[in-house]
Amino acid sequence: MSPNDTFEPEIIGFACHHCAFAAADLAGSMRLSYPTNVKIVRLPCTGRLDIVHVLKALEAGADGVFVAG
Amino acid sequence: MSEDTSRRVGAALVVGGGIGGMQAALDLAESGVKVYLVERGPAIGGRMAQLDKTFPTNDCSTCTISPRLVECGRHPNIEIMVNAEVTALSGSPGDFTATILRKPTYVNQDLCNGCTACIEACVYKRAISEFNEGLSRRTAVHILYPQAVPLKAVIDPTTCLWLKNGKCVKTCMKACGMNAIDFDQQPVTVDVEVGAVVLAPGFNVYNAKLSEEFGYGRYANVLTAIEFERLLSASGPTRGHIARPSDQQEPKRIAFFQCVGSRDQNHKYCSSVCCMYATKEAMLAKEHVPGVDCQIFFMDVRAFGKGYDAFFERAKRQGVKFTRCRISSLKEVPATKELLVAYQDEDGELKKETFDLVILSVGMEPPKGAAELAKITGIELNTYGFCQTSPLNPVETTRPGVFVCGTFAEPKDISESVTQASGAAAAALQTIGSGRGTLVEEKVYPRELAVEGEEPRIGVFVCHCGNNIAGVVNVPNVVEYAKGLPGVVHAENIIYACAADSLKALPDKIKEHGLNRVVIASCTPRTHEPLFQDTLREAGLNPYLFEMANIRDQCSWVHSKEPEKATDKSRALVKMAVWRASTLEPIHETPLDLNHQALVIGGGVSGMTTALSLADQGFKVFLVEQEKQLGGNLLHLSSTIQGVDPQAHVEFLVKRVESSALIEVATGMKVAKVEGFVGAFKTTLVAVDSPIQRLIEHGVTIVATGAQEYRGGEYLLGQHPNVITQGDLEARLSENGSGVAGARSVVMVQCVGPWGEKEFYCSRICCGVAVKNALRLKRLNPSTRVHVLYKEMRTYGFKEELYTKAREEGVIFVRYEDANPPVVQATETGLRVEVAEPILGERLELDPDLVVLSEALVPRMDSGALAQILKVPQSREGFFLEAHIKLRPVDFSSEGVFLCGAAHYPKFAGECVVQASAAAGRAATVLTKQALTVGGVVAEVTPPKCTACLTCVRVCPFKVPIINAEGVAEINPAECRGCGICASECPAKAIEILHYKDRQIVAKTDAMLSRV
Repeated sequence: MSPNDTFEPEIIGFACHHCAFAAADLAGSMRLSYPTNVKIVRLPCTGRLDIVHVLKALEAGADGVFVAG
Repeated sequence: MSEDTSRRVGAALVVGGGIGGMQAALDLAESGVKVYLVERGPAIGGRMAQLDKTFPTNDCSTCTISPRLVECGRHPNIEIMVNAEVTALSGSPGDFTATILRKPTYVNQDLCNGCTACIEACVYKRAISEFNEGLSRRTAVHILYPQAVPLKAVIDPTTCLWLKNGKCVKTCMKACGMNAIDFDQQPVTVDVEVGAVVLAPGFNVYNAKLSEEFGYGRYANVLTAIEFERLLSASGPTRGHIARPSDQQEPKRIAFFQCVGSRDQNHKYCSSVCCMYATKEAMLAKEHVPGVDCQIFFMDVRAFGKGYDAFFERAKRQGVKFTRCRISSLKEVPATKELLVAYQDEDGELKKETFDLVILSVGMEPPKGAAELAKITGIELNTYGFCQTSPLNPVETTRPGVFVCGTFAEPKDISESVTQASGAAAAALQTIGSGRGTLVEEKVYPRELAVEGEEPRIGVFVCHCGNNIAGVVNVPNVVEYAKGLPGVVHAENIIYACAADSLKALPDKIKEHGLNRVVIASCTPRTHEPLFQDTLREAGLNPYLFEMANIRDQCSWVHSKEPEKATDKSRALVKMAVWRASTLEPIHETPLDLNHQALVIGGGVSGMTTALSLADQGFKVFLVEQEKQLGGNLLHLSSTIQGVDPQAHVEFLVKRVESSALIEVATGMKVAKVEGFVGAFKTTLVAVDSPIQRLIEHGVTIVATGAQEYRGGEYLLGQHPNVITQGDLEARLSENGSGVAGARSVVMVQCVGPWGEKEFYCSRICCGVAVKNALRLKRLNPSTRVHVLYKEMRTYGFKEELYTKAREEGVIFVRYEDANPPVVQATETGLRVEVAEPILGERLELDPDLVVLSEALVPRMDSGALAQILKVPQSREGFFLEAHIKLRPVDFSSEGVFLCGAAHYPKFAGECVVQASAAAGRAATVLTKQALTVGGVVAEVTPPKCTACLTCVRVCPFKVPIINAEGVAEINPAECRGCGICASECPAKAIEILHYKDRQIVAKTDAMLSRV
């Protein structure tokens, strides 16, 4: 683990294709900005999110997971 | 309809690209009609695209409309013409020629890919943004809004420096990598042949400057509701931050003024939506600015739609204040720019309060250019300047073959506009008849290459998007990186992946490198995935062997200040896409036989209208009615609100139904059992009074079972002979008024219903019916005293005129409060009605000869049982519940099942007819298809793993999974929506969603986090 001042968390966002993924696109159209260490995984619906997906991501080293839909 | 030998062109013209026009276009296109969708502005979407949220659910408007926009934009049967107007319409139903003037956009629409490079480069940045209602500025070359369809730039000639006075170095032209800017474009006139026309030009927002007393345009902090909507929007000028225009401070007190440009001397109608949108905006303001005080000044709260009263109550619970009054004056305090509002409250007391913001709830006017459009299309307008419609079929204009929908017909909300649009589409389909399917072509694709068992051979294409991506991200670096990823056999950069020449070259690249998976790193799959997937199909690859990495909208555009980190992220996103691509499998969609017959349940005006519409379109219909006779509730009606004879209309419908060769009527029967799914239903009908059964096979089901008048014992109903319902009064009035001859004084009591045991809902029609019958009583004998005791007078739309007329003719309207309802007592001589009059603060005592109760329309007693049989949901009130209150108002969430009429919610006969046509229009989109395509992203069960625990059966929102005869879960791909809830909940992991299998999802997170 890096020292606190250089710590860069890796964040995974699971997003519904129809709403939250679209909202992330809109952030782009509006030229908003957010840190680059957020990466989004598209789901057909957040109903498809299994607890296993979250656990696997954390197990693989994600520092944070958010679900938006 | 004219004889079948006349020409039937299989195309339709839809004028106006708002939500109504879009719905009509989609329904027609889905039913095999070629559609020309003509929009005056630079993009479709209309007013709904400008809204932040929609009532009564406060759903995000953009989220709801965007998929429809995309669907319209990519539908092979829809040709969208923007910046265009209809200039002539000749011919007759089935065979019109429309002339369309396409004004120059100065951007070649075929070449432009919406990359926005020209917009960044444009030097004129002071043009008024129409989309943001003037609250922000835009460039001369612009895209109307971020989700616009078509997503193409247009140049506004009134502000472009080059077009205005030649004083620009044409920066846009230099910036455009596609050479799409074309200053030489000229107006073009095209003629199109169409079988029918649907007019959906929408409405014009009332110009609040004309209501000078409210200071709009003079006082900085007075805004219109549509402007406020833009302020609330996260993509609006303030990104959803509410600020006073005068000083950009957060407001502490906001006032909403209702009926600005409605219900006044110049607008003798109600705009129908303002009460609800103001309530919504007040609720949203409270969410945006915690603690803000919102006060709505109103005359009547017109919450007459499904779920609207509950929404109004919710707003009150959240602290929105409602004050019943008209405003006496509004003044700006010069020093603070606060607004001083003077009004008389209900107790007659003059009050003064200050507000930081005043929002004017502006009404709807006929659309700009309505008179000209009417002249061109040969239709008539009504006295208000809206489209003149046929009273019992409000989708019909005065010209046969030309139909209308949305607010051009009468002010209305989104769901009613969508309903009317589907109704207009059905009417157009009836006119087009045999022409359907003659002008649309199905695309033929080469045979699919078999890739099963092959090692992944992935091709990666990294798009520059001109400068959009390449200006931030080091594209060559990403390409080099991609080359080293496992399974990648080819990687290259591409200036515009979506340009026509790139798409043309892609199949060759696939062949050349033997690719069996394709990854494109560019923009968002929401807009571009279908395009690329189609190109894969042209190359013989299964479209599911494709993945996108969104390195523009979700990378270069949001990380433009960190180019190195953006490049790192692009690499990661490409890696994630490649890892997932390796796990992708082809998915085959299979055609399934479709039964082309419809079952209509209910033989009232709605059911008969649906049946006739479908039969006119050439589909066989079974119409089942529980009673011995067709006609339903309309049989008991003696006059409609527009003064049309309903009995003549019922007779006309029954005659047409009974003489139709395509409609089979089964009276005295009801539905006992339903099996199957869309395209293949099997329904058992059983006779009401005998054991006779019948099995019917059909492809779609339409529920049109109506509603019934509540007849509780309130106010001595059933105990005193002179206490009757509006329904009873209808019958008495039909006998030339002889039944009411002795009534010198009549009291009507509104809002009578089972409200002791049920939550109150507005029955929608009772105010209109009471006003209509009060006028009829007055007409029979002008000296009859009529009192209407009401809570809120909800004569929405043009019905407001009847309310005004009733008051002019001496009908006395007395408001009562919920807490203080009228009391009806029997006296020795007759009846005594007492009611507390809130304005005078006195108790009125009336001795009427007749008390007429406006009883609520309630769901039919047997609707719960039918809902169970059909496996469809009901609302809290017990009415059938549609799939989506705004955009799918006549569909059930189960595919192939539709609803219409009072079974959905109480409504007037004309509204039932519109909804019935709409249900027929929606049903036709299914029945038109030769076969159903089944499969794609759907659930798949692995039977040996299933333990029949019923979890999937419980969690599926669409009630699709069943436990079959083998004792394992079965999920019909024809019904599955692919949401994946069952797969995620299955404890035995026996269910997977194709294309979103666990390993296909985890591949992405693994890729992101692996250091390899």
